[in-house]
Amino acid sequence: MTNQQSNRFFFNVDWITILIYIALCAVGYVNIYASVHNTADSSVFNFSSNYGKQLIYVIAGLVLGFSILLLDAKFFSVFSPIVYGVTVLLLIIVLVVGRNVGGNQAWISLGGGFRLQPSEFAKFGTALLLARYISSFSPKFRDLKSIAFAGLIMGIPLVLIMLQPDAGSALVFLAFMFPMYREGLSGYFLLIFLGMIVLFVADFLVPLKVLIPTILIIGGFFVYQNKRKQKVMFSAILVTIIAIAYLFVVKLAYEKVLKPHQRTRIELILGLKIDPKGVGYNVIQSKIAIGSGQLTGRGFLQGTQTKYGYVPAQSTDFIFSTIGEEWGFVGCFVVIGLFLFLLLRLINLAERQRSTFSRVYGYCVASILFFHVFINIGMAIGIVPVIGIPLPFISYGGSSLWSFTILLFIFLKLDSNRMGFI
Amino acid sequence: MDNLFNRKYIVQGLFIVVSLILLGTLFYIQVFSDKYFLSAESNVLRKLYTFPARGVILDRNEKILVQNEPVYDLMVIPNDVKEFDTLALCGIIGIDTIKFKKNFKKALNQSRYQPSIFEKQLSVSIYQSLSEKLYRFPGFFVQSRTIRQYPDSIAGHFLGYIKEVSPTDIERSEGYYRPGDYIGKTGVEKAYETALRGERGVVNMLYDAHNVPKGSYAEGKFDTSAVSGEQLISSLDVRIQKLGEELLKNKVGSIVAIEPATGEILAFVSSPGYDPNLMVGRQQGNNYMDLLKNPNRVLNIRPIQGYYSPGSSFKPLDALIGLQEGVIDENTTFNCPGYFRVGNHTTKCEHVDGNIALRRGLARSCNTYACYVFQKLLMQRKFKNQRIAYDYWQKKVKLWGLGDTLGIDLPGERKGRLYDASYYSKKYSKSWGYSTVISLAIGQGEMDATPLQMANIMAAIANKGYYIKPHLVKSIGKDHVIRKEYLKRNYVGVDAAHFGPVIDGMQEAVNSPWGTALASRIDGIIMCGKTGTVQNPRGKNHSVFIGFAPRDNPKIAIAVIVENAGYGGTYAAPIASYITEKYLKDSIPPNRRGGVEWMKKQVILPALPKPKVKTKAALIDSAKKADSLKKSINAIEPKKVIDKKND
Repeated sequence: MTNQQSNRFFFNVDWITILIYIALCAVGYVNIYASVHNTADSSVFNFSSNYGKQLIYVIAGLVLGFSILLLDAKFFSVFSPIVYGVTVLLLIIVLVVGRNVGGNQAWISLGGGFRLQPSEFAKFGTALLLARYISSFSPKFRDLKSIAFAGLIMGIPLVLIMLQPDAGSALVFLAFMFPMYREGLSGYFLLIFLGMIVLFVADFLVPLKVLIPTILIIGGFFVYQNKRKQKVMFSAILVTIIAIAYLFVVKLAYEKVLKPHQRTRIELILGLKIDPKGVGYNVIQSKIAIGSGQLTGRGFLQGTQTKYGYVPAQSTDFIFSTIGEEWGFVGCFVVIGLFLFLLLRLINLAERQRSTFSRVYGYCVASILFFHVFINIGMAIGIVPVIGIPLPFISYGGSSLWSFTILLFIFLKLDSNRMGFI
Repeated sequence: MDNLFNRKYIVQGLFIVVSLILLGTLFYIQVFSDKYFLSAESNVLRKLYTFPARGVILDRNEKILVQNEPVYDLMVIPNDVKEFDTLALCGIIGIDTIKFKKNFKKALNQSRYQPSIFEKQLSVSIYQSLSEKLYRFPGFFVQSRTIRQYPDSIAGHFLGYIKEVSPTDIERSEGYYRPGDYIGKTGVEKAYETALRGERGVVNMLYDAHNVPKGSYAEGKFDTSAVSGEQLISSLDVRIQKLGEELLKNKVGSIVAIEPATGEILAFVSSPGYDPNLMVGRQQGNNYMDLLKNPNRVLNIRPIQGYYSPGSSFKPLDALIGLQEGVIDENTTFNCPGYFRVGNHTTKCEHVDGNIALRRGLARSCNTYACYVFQKLLMQRKFKNQRIAYDYWQKKVKLWGLGDTLGIDLPGERKGRLYDASYYSKKYSKSWGYSTVISLAIGQGEMDATPLQMANIMAAIANKGYYIKPHLVKSIGKDHVIRKEYLKRNYVGVDAAHFGPVIDGMQEAVNSPWGTALASRIDGIIMCGKTGTVQNPRGKNHSVFIGFAPRDNPKIAIAVIVENAGYGGTYAAPIASYITEKYLKDSIPPNRRGGVEWMKKQVILPALPKPKVKTKAALIDSAKKADSLKKSINAIEPKKVIDKKND
């Protein structure tokens, strides 16, 4: 690669995305600083503190990101099966030798106090392989075989992570349904998925004797509407029956399969249980902190809930509560706005790719970020169960920052190379 | 491929919708609702209180009646308690391990992280030995506060006492009081609670999630320091209060003395009384129960709760109303054959006075004279019938403060008893007249008054036609605030001109050879008064004296009641004279001191406790007391009982 070529590449890199990336990392650093800040030691460069470490992570992340930009774009497509294989291997290793942190066997110790969380890296491994599969075989997901194969690619890491057990990180792999949808997977899959969630919630909030007649009436309406089209009518009848069966399966699974603490979390979210000091403590304290920020926030380092440690896991999973308290609704608006802008831009970038690989990968990146942002902020404000996944680029932690950096910068590299051929 | 490209918009649309959901929820919890903001405040903010000293109560000459004494509450924060030598702590503060466990559990129930009182009111000496070793008991600390102390041990009923607030008090105060606070329960302490209690100081502290203090809130902008309670100058005069309590020792009765010009209460004796110091400190509860069980109903506030027929002391009112209505003049004469007879009803008079007019009638306390005046009042032609005349009379009497509370600033005042015509109409189905209620003329029958009401009548006579609402407090605070209602004159509906002859009669009662109250004579002071021997259907008659002195420019109006002491001249009159003399001359001459000492030694306690004084407390407890009474009957055998003499 000549200098001239390299300059052209850098010129082609989407600097707007990089600026948003840096802005989000800065938001993260500032709020981690506020979360762990104490008046006795306020040096910005205290590297034993979390914010000091985060600064190292951010700098290292930038180095890592720009290193990726220097790699050959073909590398990712060619080596995707190997990257995927390595991450799956790491997920297996972590189950054997992993360190147990907070009930999840998710960490591999690297010595020197550094730890690695393979589940974070499995995301781009899976994204790469999924992109490779779709670009190589152009499946339209009209047949069961291609759906099953793609499902397998996202299913293996999902199950392995579920075994840690880290349901939150595992759920993120469902994000891969979006790129599949973009590539031809029927919208019904997403609708069925949505329907399952709606019915699941309804199952807890509405008694069966109300719910079942409601489903029958809606089902009956569709059957009546389509009485001329036998095939559709038949499907409607089938869906109605499956929906009712699903209700019972959920009830049963809920009582037999889920662990008590998982059940409690679900019940808290659905408002069936009030438990301010127990499991719901995190969420309540997080909501209090965010709510106390009001319109413009208490100001940097002025958040009492933040300063005095009322919100557990504040610099990691509940970092959004610091943003909410110290910067108020305005700050939240800016952060969510940045994320939304990034997500929309990523989709637009993905759509301008000439190669299917790059496009699919772009969708994967946007979808994974979307899941993280939605679930993380959703749990901080109490509309999603607490499943403990980080807020991309903002939450404290090297593994998550680097994995998101790699995820994003691979796409930026692919994008900068969009004129070439892979 | 084109229709798949459109899916981009669906995905982007989903991103936008979800972002809006997040922002909507955030808008609700951050901007719309202030619930979370308030919770955040209560998370971090703790109010630490400092206690003000309660206001001191002085007597009218600014001598101290109630002052404060430091005590120390042992506080505990259960969460901070680590293992320690429980027995050592119990030993120092003088409790056993059972009590220790009970106290600790109570504190734990109140709060794990907030300090609560573990053992209250440790004395200075216990505090000293404890403070040296306090470091051995982590989680415990001492908080100083003050308790009441009564240097003269007098005027318990008047001053009242303070006690830890009850849950009802807290509820009623709408959150002003907090557990562990003290509140005035009776007497001046209760009536002037808001002035005496002062203002709590508050320090707003920030605490972190581990309950570690993190400094003051908003640089102490909202902190306040404790403000001591206002000083009260009470109306009481320690000298005569103390003398009065000594004179009534081992007797049941009341003394009320009022300064007529101001309505200020100079003496307020309820006997048997109790040492107010008993209502202080760690033994308060036990002492209170003991007092409650006392068969002589020590806790009754007799001056405002005791019911007595006014008896002969009512007669000046007959004369005054008669004069005002014009049914008699000062020379109107009636014949007393020793009784007043109407129909088959006879009111006896103990003397045969022959022709008798106003002055002598009062001096001799002639029942017949009083009955004639009453008859004339109720048979006035201007009224259609005697029932209407009665109602008119009853209203006139009520102007004197009878039959209703006077509104003294002391909780628990009772109304007394004086019925209107409709009561009798119901009772006698309309066929009644003056003869039916003739007993009222001599202050007997269906008429009861409290000692306070009797003294107040004297104040009104001394003022020649009005009284000021009797009250306990001269002024509040350093600015000497006086309540406006205590400047208002309440007129009794009799012109000043009519008082001359009546006061003459009362002067004669005390100072002339034929008077009934000679025992209340004081050298050099013209005392005007009236004895009463009040019939007591349940036992020996009560001895009553009411009066005022000196005749010109009166300084003191007084009512003395000694229960079961018989003739008014023997007990009540001399007691009143000693008190008046002490008040006006500041000393009692040596030739009378023997009498004072003799009086102090007399024991006139009821042989059988009877419910003469019905107060709420007495009624509630009467059942409980029944047992303990039987046991104590032998113990309170009266040593001396005075024979009944008649007027």
